[in-house]
Amino acid sequence: MTNRTAIAEGLFTWPSDKPALLGSRCRECNIAEFPVKSSCPACGSQDVGVEQLPRRGKLWSWTIQGFMPKSPYNSGETPETFTPYGVGYVELPGAVCVEARLIENTPEQLSIGMEMELVIETLRYEQQGNEVVTFAFKAVE
Amino acid sequence: MDVAIVGIGIHPFGRTPGRSGLQQGAFAARQALSDAGVEWRDMQFGFGGSASAGSADALVNELGLTGLPFINVANGCATGGSAMISAYNAIKSGQYDIGIVVGFDKHDRGAFNADPRQMGIGEWYGESGLMLTTQFFAMKIQRYMDTHNISASTLAKVASKAFSNGAKNPNAWRREEIAEEEIASSTMISHPLTKFMFCAPGEGGAAMVLCRADHAHRYSDKPIYLKAATMRSRRYGSFEVFSPSQALQQVDGPTVDASRAAFELAGVGPEDIDVLQLQDTESGAEIMHMAENGFCEHGEQEALIQAGETRIGGRLPVNTDGGCIASGEPIGATGLRQIYETCLQLRGDAGPRQVPNTPKLGYTHVYGAPGVSAVTILQR
Repeated sequence: MTNRTAIAEGLFTWPSDKPALLGSRCRECNIAEFPVKSSCPACGSQDVGVEQLPRRGKLWSWTIQGFMPKSPYNSGETPETFTPYGVGYVELPGAVCVEARLIENTPEQLSIGMEMELVIETLRYEQQGNEVVTFAFKAVE
Repeated sequence: MDVAIVGIGIHPFGRTPGRSGLQQGAFAARQALSDAGVEWRDMQFGFGGSASAGSADALVNELGLTGLPFINVANGCATGGSAMISAYNAIKSGQYDIGIVVGFDKHDRGAFNADPRQMGIGEWYGESGLMLTTQFFAMKIQRYMDTHNISASTLAKVASKAFSNGAKNPNAWRREEIAEEEIASSTMISHPLTKFMFCAPGEGGAAMVLCRADHAHRYSDKPIYLKAATMRSRRYGSFEVFSPSQALQQVDGPTVDASRAAFELAGVGPEDIDVLQLQDTESGAEIMHMAENGFCEHGEQEALIQAGETRIGGRLPVNTDGGCIASGEPIGATGLRQIYETCLQLRGDAGPRQVPNTPKLGYTHVYGAPGVSAVTILQR
């Protein structure tokens, strides 16, 4: 059994059978933000609470990362083994529009407005078989 | 007190092995001084910046230790514009009569390699492959094309125009025409943008000598007046580069805000502008910036560009020197390169790329991370 570690603390509920992204919401102007911030990006108030964000939403825009990014990208891949990945913004209703990797990675699979859901995917394997996971969205089938 | 540009200088953009970014800045500064017929010791102040080629005030070591106040400006892609605003205010306030602005840079090959921590974002953002400006530009134009019916052919036409203008500019990096079909079929970097649609990080320098307008004719028989210089950062709800999340409701970006402020300050409108330089980090940016700066309605770019109206002989000549796409992007220098080109055009000295009918009013616009924009309006 490998150890599955989240890429960063506090980004999403983990470990969890039904993980959700964690955001902050301003108690003064009701603006939500991802990831959690200690103040509101709209009004600057420090009166913010943490909440779980909706797990489904609509694709706002997308692209496909066609070349392997330089460091700090850290997926364990080499330029030879690199697989292009989708990147998009997903509108989480009543909350915020979140940027994420997308499981789909061809133009044919992606279109603005399509329904997406949160998944947790493996980003890389480290020594001793430790697995680093991050959040992504994939099309709802 | 109005402000005039009386000296302009540029170091060729591209790659210059053996000459540091700082030396390219000094080269441009010497040319601007010579153009105005003044000496370095005549400069009462300096503002300048570079993103990755060292501290601009080290220029005084190259140009002479005269004791002048030289202030480093670091404002991402708006560095040149911000240096210009600082100089504008320094003269407008009556504090100084004459001074210099310098911008230069020298970047490594390949895409910009931003550090999430410098932007206040966690390391996870870069590690998971989201810290790329190219993705932002691609996603912005992807949505824009969907909303406003812009075609992929129009994206390619913007780049092909840039190379065509660059071919007429001895200071451009890319000086060969590239056909629209070749641009469209080059490697897809970040859908829908291909390799030849993007500018590349490069090298170069540009400089201007500015003085109070009532002294302008002492230095130049073709002074160019700086009618407005504005800069804005983003408001909440504007879609910007390096945003792990954004608002569900969009508002106008810093370009719209800086542009409106500049037109108000200059007392003119977009319809009065004869030649314009817009930030063209890639083809899509030029298209969107045409509307964000007020030069057309959203979606009108498709017909304008297909009809060739943004070419040098067209109704709305955009990026007459080849823009960032043909010149490359040395962050600290780009804003001042645009002003250099606009001064040349307004002086009537742009040679084979001269906009016809003696343009009177010019416009420059830069946009950059993490959501800043600077605009100038220049008048003959």
